[in-house]
Amino acid sequence: MANLVIAEHDHGSLKSATLNVISAAVAIGGDVHVLVAGTNASAAAAAAAQVVGVSKVLLADGPAHARLLTENAAAQVVAVAAGYSHILAPATAYGKSVAPRVAALLDKAQISDIIKVVDADTFQRPIYAGNAYATVKSSDSIKVLTVRGTAFNAAANSGGSGAVESITVVNDSGLSSFVSAEITKSERPELTAAKIIVSGGRGLGSGDKYREVLTPLADKLNAAMGASRAAVDAGFVPNDYQVGQTGKIVAPDLYIAVGISGAIQHLAGMKDSKVIVAINKDPDAPIFSVADYGLVGDLFEVVPQLAAAL
Amino acid sequence: MKILVPVKRVVDYNVKVRVKPDNSGVDIANVKMSMNPFCEIAIEEAVRLREKGAATEVVAVSAGVLQCQETLRNAMAIGADRAILIETDVELQPLAVAKLLKAIVDKEQPGLVILGKQAIDDDANQTGQMLAALLGWGQATFASKVEVNGNTATVTREVDGGLETISLKLPAIITTDLRLNEPRYATLPNIMKAKKKQLDNVKPAELGVDVTPRLTTLKVEEPPKRQGGVKVADVAALIDKLKNEAKVI
Ligand SMILES: Cc1cc2nc3c(=O)[nH]c(=O)nc-3n(C[C@H](O)[C@H](O)[C@H](O)COP(=O)(O)OP(=O)(O)OC[C@H]3O[C@@H](n4cnc5c(N)ncnc54)[C@H](O)[C@@H]3O)c2cc1C
Repeated sequence: MANLVIAEHDHGSLKSATLNVISAAVAIGGDVHVLVAGTNASAAAAAAAQVVGVSKVLLADGPAHARLLTENAAAQVVAVAAGYSHILAPATAYGKSVAPRVAALLDKAQISDIIKVVDADTFQRPIYAGNAYATVKSSDSIKVLTVRGTAFNAAANSGGSGAVESITVVNDSGLSSFVSAEITKSERPELTAAKIIVSGGRGLGSGDKYREVLTPLADKLNAAMGASRAAVDAGFVPNDYQVGQTGKIVAPDLYIAVGISGAIQHLAGMKDSKVIVAINKDPDAPIFSVADYGLVGDLFEVVPQLAAAL
Repeated sequence: MKILVPVKRVVDYNVKVRVKPDNSGVDIANVKMSMNPFCEIAIEEAVRLREKGAATEVVAVSAGVLQCQETLRNAMAIGADRAILIETDVELQPLAVAKLLKAIVDKEQPGLVILGKQAIDDDANQTGQMLAALLGWGQATFASKVEVNGNTATVTREVDGGLETISLKLPAIITTDLRLNEPRYATLPNIMKAKKKQLDNVKPAELGVDVTPRLTTLKVEEPPKRQGGVKVADVAALIDKLKNEAKVI
């Protein structure tokens, strides 16, 4: 049995989600290989080789992967897929785009967003916004899986001794091409890897107020900043702040929900946080039913007090 | 150009589903069913492209039980021109749906297929990408902006770090994210009109597609319940709890 992990990286380094996927592969058992498809990506491949549990890194280094286009990435995976029992990708925007394409090209089913490895054929995954957990068994010869990062610890990123092997790079498919990117710049920890998250909802009222009220608190706690869908839809913050069923899944040590009502779609993205604090003026807001500590009050008074007192 | 929009009938997003006592699944008897919200966004986008003159016809298609006809009528009330039901009682998994849709694409020859990025029941997020693979077409997932120009579509995608814009050679697959548009409400006259629009019915066997599930659900359980905690009186009490009880700051 051998597992192939599709690495998410920026050519120079591995994205942290890759480490959680490697842990899931280790839990399945058998060899763990990592595919790095990039351009001038030997640094990312070297980083993957250092991860504990990885025995081999396949490096596909060439121009077709400069922009991490899905069509080329999937073709690259398929080119090396024979011989693997499991192909795993992170349940991130990148992994979710590539993995189903790989699965269909191989005529295999995919199990999305696994949160537990029961055995080599059987996995647990959330359905209905996490309101139920399904245990699913696959009868396919190759299991294609995406992995929910919050459900698996990150593998240690040093101490490993995998070998890096260069492989032939696929040709550019010509089906899609990169035009531009607008990446949110932030000095803060990445949302899905942060220990503390300060998250704001519609109750903040505007983007200016979101920043004015929440930034001092997030600064004091060295926290990442998140948001509800309502706050993103209203344009307070960019889309990549969204936490929830259809946004990012997070599980920090501390999640502070400010002016967020606690719709099931939001809870789906944060209810596995270790400690949840809710600040809301409505004592009946559903968010209080999952909060370890609830503070009923006007966020415009309470949050500055909290930031000042820390 | 013709646009094909697959739509799925799912438990309404406002319903909190219950796990069946025998752990065989969730109880969906007598709950409100609606069009998957992401599919609604897909229909709306296709209709807007037709209204702008970038497309000539919008065809909605759904795979599943007979009641999916309601979902298709709803799609036509939003503005789809006609609809196709692929009728089956078999539990359909994403790969099977992608194969059924490929058969429809082969027949209808659309220039663009717009799907929702995920269905809010199984939360799989697979069908669009699988269909793209089976057709050998390019794909743009998680779209928040779509522009069609001749033989290309320029699509802005919601990715983990922000936004990315790519250009796709048509025909291609696009999957929708929440910010792409706000679907219109179907007006009463449009609901009436939709009842008269063409709705064809085919069976998977007629399309030559084997829809046998590859995955078996062994059990469905309640997730571990999170206990609601306490309400604290003020900021000082909150800080005390976080420092001394939870020890997270
Ligand atoms: C298909 C679909 C997918 C979705 N996906 C997601 C998702 O991924 N993530 C997500 O978050 N949502 C998602 N939603 C939306 C979700 O259903 C809710 O609409 C959304 O989470 C509500 O955001 P909110 O809590 O910020 O706003 P509201 O529900 O309007 O709540 C605002 C809260 O702020 C409080 N408040 C107002 N003023 C103050 C004040 N001065 N002081 C203190 N408290 C105050 C109010 O009491 C209220 O509880 C999705 C919906 C659909 C249909």
